[in-house]
Amino acid sequence: MSAHPTSRQFKDNASRAIADKQLTGNLKAVRQNFIDKRAKAVKELPEFEALRESAKEIKNHTLAHLDLYIEKYEAKVTASGGHVHFARDAEEARKIALDICRKVGAKTVTKGKSMITEEVGLNAYLEANGVTPVETDLGEYIIQLRGEAPSHIIAPAVHLNKNQIESDFRRVHTHLDPARDLTEKTSLLTEARGVLRERFLTADVGITGANFLIAETGTSIIVTNEGNGDLTQILPKVHIVMASIEKMVPTLEDVSQILRLLARSATGQEMSCYTTFSTGPRRPGDVDGPEEYHVIILDNGRSAMLGGEFQDMLRCIRCAACMNHCPVYHQIGGHAYGWIYPGPMGSVLTPSLIGVDEAGHLPNASTFCGRCESVCPMKIPLPKMMRHWREREFERNLNPAMARYGLGLWAFFAKRPKLYALSTRLAMKAMKLMGRGKGSFSMLPGVGAWTKYRDFAVPEGETFQAKWKRERGGK
Amino acid sequence: MTEARDSIFASIRRSLAVKGDERIRAGIVEERLDRAPKGIIPTRAQIDQAGKLDLLLKKLEGVQATFARLESASEVPAAVADYLRSNNLPATIRKGDDPRLAGLPWKDTALEVAEGKSDGHDLNAISHAEAAIAETGTLVLTSGHENPTTLNFLPDNHIVVLNAGDLVGDLEAIWPRLRKKFGKGEMPRTVNCITGASRSGDIEQTILLGAHGPRRLHVLIVEAS
Repeated sequence: MSAHPTSRQFKDNASRAIADKQLTGNLKAVRQNFIDKRAKAVKELPEFEALRESAKEIKNHTLAHLDLYIEKYEAKVTASGGHVHFARDAEEARKIALDICRKVGAKTVTKGKSMITEEVGLNAYLEANGVTPVETDLGEYIIQLRGEAPSHIIAPAVHLNKNQIESDFRRVHTHLDPARDLTEKTSLLTEARGVLRERFLTADVGITGANFLIAETGTSIIVTNEGNGDLTQILPKVHIVMASIEKMVPTLEDVSQILRLLARSATGQEMSCYTTFSTGPRRPGDVDGPEEYHVIILDNGRSAMLGGEFQDMLRCIRCAACMNHCPVYHQIGGHAYGWIYPGPMGSVLTPSLIGVDEAGHLPNASTFCGRCESVCPMKIPLPKMMRHWREREFERNLNPAMARYGLGLWAFFAKRPKLYALSTRLAMKAMKLMGRGKGSFSMLPGVGAWTKYRDFAVPEGETFQAKWKRERGGK
Repeated sequence: MTEARDSIFASIRRSLAVKGDERIRAGIVEERLDRAPKGIIPTRAQIDQAGKLDLLLKKLEGVQATFARLESASEVPAAVADYLRSNNLPATIRKGDDPRLAGLPWKDTALEVAEGKSDGHDLNAISHAEAAIAETGTLVLTSGHENPTTLNFLPDNHIVVLNAGDLVGDLEAIWPRLRKKFGKGEMPRTVNCITGASRSGDIEQTILLGAHGPRRLHVLIVEAS
């Protein structure tokens, strides 16, 4: 089992999130910051659209030959003195990581930001087995202090404001002067830098994820802005990379294409500050770098997605553009989704990885506005795949009885066009009469769950079909 | 362990409806790795060398890096001393044993020069870049005793020397250079592509410089051929 999901309670989670004024206030930063920055970066690169197509082709090609590229990659890592481990599921991945830590007698482990280690619940496991994990990405560090999961895949603490972070630092950093001034954001950053610097220098093992694995050279890549991932992997004796099978890319040229999309789609940067290519442990003559280099390659349900209707999801490069542009994410934030991956990419991926029984509600968390697909650098048809999940949910009778009866009733009329036209015509007229004098209904009998959160505009007395017929005539 | 490996490969192959020993597939993969085809290269980087330098400088400014242009490498020590002085920084510098830096007139300055990796207590370090990419204002550094990777991340102020002749237009142009130097399919232990100084946006999405890595990045561009 992976990290414990609460996706079954999605509706309650979402209602609570919307009622949380502090959260919804903090979430404004998502809309204000990510969208404009991305748009500007995309505008400044005329080749962006062509690159999306190129990147999609690269990933499709890689996935179609994934077994062979993983073999090539594995051979290259081994030849450069590194070790490759394979983990079918979260439990195997955790155990391999712990074994490596134990072999070198590790007490503390620094960690670069990694969604995959969140997915397998690595921190809790290490901690329960006597190894202290220290998150070093500022956002991850903050949520670790709070015992929370990330609420966004590239900005884990986006649900928090400065005052909340200040009170966490005061609560945990008790060795520092209680009278210190932390009103400026820079003083919070400086404090975290100071506290974590010591942890970097004393850690026994460093664990990072990987944005990409390159088959040609046996290289793992991390893309960061803070430099914490680099300090995590160059200072300790052992560097462990944990990455899922679909991170594979054939060549350095191929990854270059995708790197042009990643930072622009994520933060609106042309290139993140640090794009680091790591190949094996330290070489003869090197004066720094890890003595051991391990890669744990995790499947955890992904190989089953190949060749099926959800294969396209394996192109995802975790840029977060989909959630940054999602009206649902904007309202409820990431925690409501109940597992590691929020937003549209999470709504598609989560049911694949933990099952539609657990996560069947997530594909319904969509207005089908299509923005996620339009900004996805890898052209993943997210709305289409959410519809696939809805269909499966329906087929498996997982919808509530009311929804099924309602749809059955609608289908009865929809299959009888004359009856449908008649009944809708009468209904529109009736509603116009009922709604005389007001612009909208704040409640309607039988659809209370819908009108509880929305108003229904009073119809103008004519159906769309009737209007179409009248205005276009027989054309 | 082998059990997990075998079972993952079996599952991938089952999903893809392949056996893994098809000659055509293997040929396609070999060919791609061998030929490493280039994709879309932005036109902004397909310009002459002078244009590339202008683009690099503009992009460095865009990521809050500073720079100085030098006529010859022998000016590097004085330029380092100038930079540190003008930023009120102590006159210390740490470097690796890169011959391109070793032969310079450090003694003509008041700089206290240390050599080797950083243990986390150096304020200032200098490295020699392998190359730079004009397209994005990115410096490319490779690991080794010549330029230890710890110098790129631990000190507060990172100074990087770049020979203008090592400036390329686009990211893809780096790879043939590395293949020539290290061998086809081979890489140094670490290749750092550095674009600006360390930063974080994790507090209310406000970009702040100096997260965990260097607070400042200064580039000395040596233009002599």
